[in-house]
Amino acid sequence: MTAPVAPRAEANMGDPYVLGRNVNAGGEEDRSEGGGASKSIVTLYGFWIFLLSDIVMFSGFFASYAVLVGATAGGPDGSSLFELTRIKLETGCLLLSSYTCGMSAIAATRRTLALTEIWLLVTGLLGAGFLGLELQEFAKLIAQGAGPQRSAFLSGFFALVGCHGVHVVAGLLWLGTMMAQIWVKGFRADVMRRLMCFSLFWHALDIIWVALITIVYLMGHAR
Amino acid sequence: MTERTEDGREDAAPGEGSSGARGTSGDISGYTMGLALAALLTFLSFVVADSEVIWHPAIPAALIALAIAQMGVHLVFFLHITSGPDNANNSLALAFGVFIVVLVIFGSIWIMGHLNHNMMPMSSATDQRMFKSPL
Repeated sequence: MTAPVAPRAEANMGDPYVLGRNVNAGGEEDRSEGGGASKSIVTLYGFWIFLLSDIVMFSGFFASYAVLVGATAGGPDGSSLFELTRIKLETGCLLLSSYTCGMSAIAATRRTLALTEIWLLVTGLLGAGFLGLELQEFAKLIAQGAGPQRSAFLSGFFALVGCHGVHVVAGLLWLGTMMAQIWVKGFRADVMRRLMCFSLFWHALDIIWVALITIVYLMGHAR
Repeated sequence: MTERTEDGREDAAPGEGSSGARGTSGDISGYTMGLALAALLTFLSFVVADSEVIWHPAIPAALIALAIAQMGVHLVFFLHITSGPDNANNSLALAFGVFIVVLVIFGSIWIMGHLNHNMMPMSSATDQRMFKSPL
């Protein structure tokens, strides 16, 4: 079974430098046929890597919460503190805002300015509604003496849920900036890239919220 | 927005969706489908958490299964991460992220659980209540 081997390939066999390189390109610098990836792909891929690293950071907060959830130090536990009605409203706000964020991305690809701005505004209002409900919950907990200093469980709770809330605040600031930039600069290529990155960010926040209601609120309620 | 790869297909950026396939960012029905599925799964989660019918120790497992399903729905319909060849880079990055997340969370729970188990018994009942097992 001796298959005919091209002389060039035979000569380079065993040289690890050559492996995987296009040696037939006639001395050209090695790169894929179409050149490098376009800027929008490179930017969005880089932002995707950032989002994943952000999720890895969140996993640390989730891990500390899961370890400390039983450490109530004689204080209140989740099932006596969490109000599921509020959580349902918060989840509804965030899920709908994810949808409207997708609608604004579609409107932007179709270059319809008014629709893009309106959907972004609705996204922002829903996000603000979510944030209002969450801050109200925090204020209520602190007022009844269940603040972050009460027990390790509550420290973990405020750190985890608060970290998500801080991300939503950052998202809202970014959203306002995007509305202004689209209004002033129009659908330029760089503005579009930023808008797509914002869209990814907002959807990723919703994914973290799904993990959060399950591990913190629903499992705390069912405990 | 897309780039040809060596086998003639195109690379897709995350959030952009496969070219020509269902679920591109120009597709309203994809988002609507995602919203409907996510709302259904969320609703089921709340029903399960409040349920008196389901065997109690099975509830956390059911909740986690529903949450993972919903995250999948979000990834496919909102973030447009697919298993297609144009999404290989995005999925591989995601797989590595999930790997680290699983290591951090389950590693912490596992190690801290064993540490609590091996600790000297506490003197007072209050202190014992402080270190109830997380699971």
